[in-house]
Amino acid sequence: MPIDLNRRADPDLLLRQLEEQEQQAHRGRLKVFLGYAAGVGKSFQMLDEGRRRRQRGEDVVVGIVQQRYPPEVVEVLARLEIVPPLKVGGGEALDVDAILGRKPQAVLIDGLAYDNPPGSPNAKRWQDVAQILSAGISVIGTINLQYIEELQDEVAAITGQRRGQTVPKAFLEQADEIEIVDVPAEESLQRTAGEAAPADAEQQNRLSRLRELALLLSAQVVDQQLARCLKAHGIEEAWGAQERIMVCITPRSNAARMIASGRRNADRFHGELFVTYVQQPNLTAEDRLSLDRKLAMARQFGAEVEILEAKDSIAAILQFARTKGITQIFVGHSLERGWWKKLWGDPVDRLIRSTEGMDVIVFPH
Amino acid sequence: MTHEERTRRGRLKVFLGYAAGVGKTFRMLEEAQELGRQGGDVVIGYFEPHGRADTIAEAAGLEAVPRRKIEYRGVMFEEMDADGALARKAAVCLVDELAHTNVPGSRNAKRWEDVLELLQAGIHVWTTMNVQHIESLNDQVRQITGVSVRETLPDWVIQQADEVVMVDATPMALLNRLRRGVVYPSEKARRALENFFKESSLVALRELALRQTAHEVEVRHQAPLRPAREPQTPGSALTRAETERERVLIYITAEPSSAMLIRRGRRIADFLRADCFAVHVSGRADLTHLGAQQRRAIEQYLNFARNLHIETRLLEADDPVHALLDFARRNRITQLYLARPRRRTWPGLFGRDLISRIVRTGRDLRVAIVAERRRRQ
Repeated sequence: MPIDLNRRADPDLLLRQLEEQEQQAHRGRLKVFLGYAAGVGKSFQMLDEGRRRRQRGEDVVVGIVQQRYPPEVVEVLARLEIVPPLKVGGGEALDVDAILGRKPQAVLIDGLAYDNPPGSPNAKRWQDVAQILSAGISVIGTINLQYIEELQDEVAAITGQRRGQTVPKAFLEQADEIEIVDVPAEESLQRTAGEAAPADAEQQNRLSRLRELALLLSAQVVDQQLARCLKAHGIEEAWGAQERIMVCITPRSNAARMIASGRRNADRFHGELFVTYVQQPNLTAEDRLSLDRKLAMARQFGAEVEILEAKDSIAAILQFARTKGITQIFVGHSLERGWWKKLWGDPVDRLIRSTEGMDVIVFPH
Repeated sequence: MTHEERTRRGRLKVFLGYAAGVGKTFRMLEEAQELGRQGGDVVIGYFEPHGRADTIAEAAGLEAVPRRKIEYRGVMFEEMDADGALARKAAVCLVDELAHTNVPGSRNAKRWEDVLELLQAGIHVWTTMNVQHIESLNDQVRQITGVSVRETLPDWVIQQADEVVMVDATPMALLNRLRRGVVYPSEKARRALENFFKESSLVALRELALRQTAHEVEVRHQAPLRPAREPQTPGSALTRAETERERVLIYITAEPSSAMLIRRGRRIADFLRADCFAVHVSGRADLTHLGAQQRRAIEQYLNFARNLHIETRLLEADDPVHALLDFARRNRITQLYLARPRRRTWPGLFGRDLISRIVRTGRDLRVAIVAERRRRQ
């Protein structure tokens, strides 16, 4: 981040920025290969990248490997230098000190989500990774989707299993790069079970759902990168890489129908759902009650609810839509009380007129 | 398609990427080599080396169907020899760049038509494409990159695929490859850099590709999806209503915005698993009362819609509002798609009148007004 010299210098801010930059400059980069199951080829991809980087002259070592590998992985591994792991109890942990002493440019770490054996300096392997990164060494590693902390409910719903060892999602979000290792469920099943095993439709279906989850998780992480990237380039418009649905409700609108429909659209597109209400003065007790019910329903449907305050409700809606990168706005006929009686009395007309790059969906009353 | 036809038909596998150089062709060749080692009968129908050393090396040893040379306007072109590939009848045939337009004089106008024929003949096809080649994403891609992609393929072609696999690379890795001259050897690099290869564009295209692949995986799940969220109370009856089959109607006019409206309507209908229709309303069904240019435009849009497998109708009526609503009622349409009128026509007949009249009178009909995805910067 360049320091803005034109602005009045705030010494503390400047110092903080300098420190941040220094830290960033000295920190190693983290690249994660994400897969949805064992056997999709994460280890191979990671080691192969290590091999290619070495070919280009980068100093790359292997920090830790898994116990069993298919022949093609063993072959790549044989061409790489391995820093022997620490033996702790019956298990193995990264030898962080040895790696820091060896000081390569990058270290390959298979299975970032694992716990270290009891008695290791750090409880979690990802804590070792943080240490290595802050020493200015880059890390290239792998994560199996099933070990992400925040996804345990969803993973358990598919596989019936929770993982004891997990890594927080933030670890993935803070990675400099993540790359998905995608293969059809059928192929990953063949790789793990062998060609001869009978096709297990149930198992294949489970893997396929995990695969979808991994793709969506990557999309989410990439979406955050996109937001940062657009901000850095001063681009304000939404690019619609993700569908975002905004339902505008009023006390009198047919909100239940609109919210349910918005939820459905958001789910089908794996998008986000927002429900907004523009504050209106002098609501009757009856209207207030009705509104509260609708807002409660919106929350129940998992919408992000936002109460907007503005004299000009259309301007407020548009402003919100632009900031959030909305692609579909749902409005009812009764956007403002009584206006409909004034014959197409302009809120919807104005909304349609001033909305750029979005769809406006008008619901019947 | 009968059961027998389906089992005899070849399987289609698509390697989907988000830019040139992410490694689609390489990955396809790698898998072909693996299959070859296992004794599989695999041939290259067509592959595009782009002068990339790694890719060319990966193709070594694989049998290739000789390309067909076609002269067009004094220039020699090399295309896949679809006849040759059909005659060779390998178990698996690799066909790079599914969205490619064949040079006139080829067996089919589009490469994807060649591929459909190969599948029909019982040959499994592996192919590559980028997310920006999907027709219904054309406007979003233009908004992201500023480029109108010409070579697109209808969404239903991808729906035919048995497997869609995402070939991922990070934008960082891709930009590095580009700088090292791996992706485009020379002069093409700079031009590419300026449009598709801006970091922000790459990130956005990558997100599109990830989401598209997730969607392709989802629609191919064997068991039906559980409803994503099922609220217990006030909404449940309504939620049921919302799962009833949607039917989308697109209103086609002679305006250029009709193309983007058709694409958007098609995409929404696909994601909502809805039936999709498109109509034009005219005083005379044969359109003879219109100028040649307008008539051509309307015919072109109706044709475009049909190519995307949208059922089209030409309605003869003087009042479009009446005709649209009548058609909607008869065909149990739930959502009507209209293009946002252009500014110059705004308060005129089409804009204010048509939209407001439809919204006022169309009971039980959701009306979607779609604005063009423009690039402001």
